[in-house]
Amino acid sequence: MTPADLETVFEELALAIDATAEPKRELFLAKLALLLAHDLNDPARLRSHLAAAAAKLDA
Amino acid sequence: MRPAGRADTDSLYFTYPHFDAPVRNAGSDDSAPVAIVGAGPVGLTAALSLAGQGIRSVLFDNKDTFNDGSRAICISRSSFQILERLGAVSPFLEKSLGWTTGRSFYRGQQILEFRMPDSPSEKYRPMYNLQQQYIEQFLWQAAAESDLIEIRWQSEVSAIADEAEGVRLTISAPGDTYEFRAAWVLAADGARSTIRTLRGLRLQGENFEGRYVIADVQMAHDYPTIRRALFDPDCRRGGTILVHRQPDNIWRIDYQLRDGEDEADAIREETVRASVAAVLTEIGYSGEWDLEWWSVYSANTLALDDYRDGRVFFIGDSAHIVPIFGVRGLNNGLADAENIGWKLGWVLNGRAGEALLDSYSPERRGATLDVFANASKSARFMTPPTAGWTLMRDAALNLALTHPFAGELANPRQMTPYTYSASPVVQADDPGFETGPVPGAALTDAVVGDGFLYDLLGPGFSLICFDPALAGQFADTDITVCLLQAGSPAAQSLGASAHSAYLIRPDGHVAGRWRSAQAGDIRAALQQATAMPKDATT
Ligand SMILES: Cc1cc2nc3c(=O)[nH]c(=O)nc-3n(C[C@H](O)[C@H](O)[C@H](O)COP(=O)(O)OP(=O)(O)OC[C@H]3O[C@@H](n4cnc5c(N)ncnc54)[C@H](O)[C@@H]3O)c2cc1C
Repeated sequence: MTPADLETVFEELALAIDATAEPKRELFLAKLALLLAHDLNDPARLRSHLAAAAAKLDA
Repeated sequence: MRPAGRADTDSLYFTYPHFDAPVRNAGSDDSAPVAIVGAGPVGLTAALSLAGQGIRSVLFDNKDTFNDGSRAICISRSSFQILERLGAVSPFLEKSLGWTTGRSFYRGQQILEFRMPDSPSEKYRPMYNLQQQYIEQFLWQAAAESDLIEIRWQSEVSAIADEAEGVRLTISAPGDTYEFRAAWVLAADGARSTIRTLRGLRLQGENFEGRYVIADVQMAHDYPTIRRALFDPDCRRGGTILVHRQPDNIWRIDYQLRDGEDEADAIREETVRASVAAVLTEIGYSGEWDLEWWSVYSANTLALDDYRDGRVFFIGDSAHIVPIFGVRGLNNGLADAENIGWKLGWVLNGRAGEALLDSYSPERRGATLDVFANASKSARFMTPPTAGWTLMRDAALNLALTHPFAGELANPRQMTPYTYSASPVVQADDPGFETGPVPGAALTDAVVGDGFLYDLLGPGFSLICFDPALAGQFADTDITVCLLQAGSPAAQSLGASAHSAYLIRPDGHVAGRWRSAQAGDIRAALQQATAMPKDATT
């Protein structure tokens, strides 16, 4: 992904989260995670992404 | 429970028998090689298994009829194989409804249709639905035909004491308290086992929070025998519902209670009627229906640390309680009963060493732990215990509306027979095999001629081989020899060459297998499988 692509994805994620009503945001993100995990097709990498996402949440 | 005005056994379609207490006199024999506490489905199966080995047993039950209500309704293929070995399968086949398919729905839309493994090389379907009182009735009929089985109804076992060569039970019957002596005791006295309490033992494990109301209705509903699971339906947001067809136009509706839902209120007749009516609307049924029976059930995973306590063996619900979703509660208990039945029979007949009995607990407790692992997975999907499980479950169901891969997460995967891999009486595998059941696994069935491989097995150990010379070496033993054609479908499914052999135990599990078999290896495996000393002749 080029820096420009990443920026586009970043914006689209923000817009999609805003477009989802508050009570459904968690569900939306969980569905997205499942879809991406299925596409990734690599449980070990998913596990390392999980750890990376969980790191420094309180920074 | 039943609607107001109807007694516990006042069923719309089943006539419960009444069993009198036995009349004892001076000549009554108050001893037996084996005493069985509890004449539920598991105790009766154990008695039949012992009788199959020529061993007499006496069963005690504190009730005067069968268990009330349909309770455990799903009987698995492996249980049908047990029933066949006990010579009791015919009425089950005639009355029950076989099935292979399940459908799961999310908010009214179908997200998954699954089929359990089945093929023309299997004699029995993966699952059959039949009310538990029929299961008990058919087992009782088979037991009543045996001279080796005596059932004492209205007879409660109230005390148990060890003696030098056996166990002494105290029996409390109407107007009559007496002692009974047995060399061995099978505690088949259910989830609230008296024997377990008297021996100071406790079930260990996790308690799941999920509670279900299980209700039976009689109605002329036109839908095939397919298990339906409704997730998050309109009539019960956040809950899960299971719908099963049973014989006699009876339909089982299991619905989950919400966290805050009061159990006492949930099982009031009006509440049950209203909840059932809402489910029927959800599945599109608008005709007449009658309420037959209901109860409440919670999802537990509890087991004894050891299924043996000296001369007492725990079988069925007295040893383990599993969640209903895996439909293994009763099936697991029937396998316990057959496992201890043939082993005790062989020991009492002097054909096996007493050490064989030590294999009961590791084999059957291992099977329970395996059920726990599977059932806990199902339970977490059916009744998610925490916010994380709930969110991911909901995400999977919601995604399944558009992406079938996510629907597979709703597949309960009910039926994988357990392999006794860590058993002391099972051989290590021969690495030469590329396929086929490993030692400890249940033999896979196959078509042989006009019938099935299982039909050829004997009441004791059986040898499956393809070489007439090898078969000839076992002709004058009590092993049943099944000589099959090399290259036949059975040989292929066993991964066998013309010189291969399988040794099969009385319970249909593989004791050992050899790619290129020698008679001496087979004899040694039989000695190990019966815990006989190496030099004993067989
Ligand atoms: C209300 C209810 C609903 C259920 N629903 C389901 C379901 O939907 N699906 C499912 O898979 N399973 C269900 N089960 C579980 C299933 O019924 C059991 O797994 C099965 O009955 C176990 O058989 P068992 O022979 O081990 O014990 P039980 O069937 O409990 O039999 C034990 C017998 O021992 C007798 N007894 C007890 N103590 C003594 C004593 N001291 N002396 C003499 N006799 C004694 C009892 O009267 C009873 O007859 C349900 C159970 C109950 C109670």
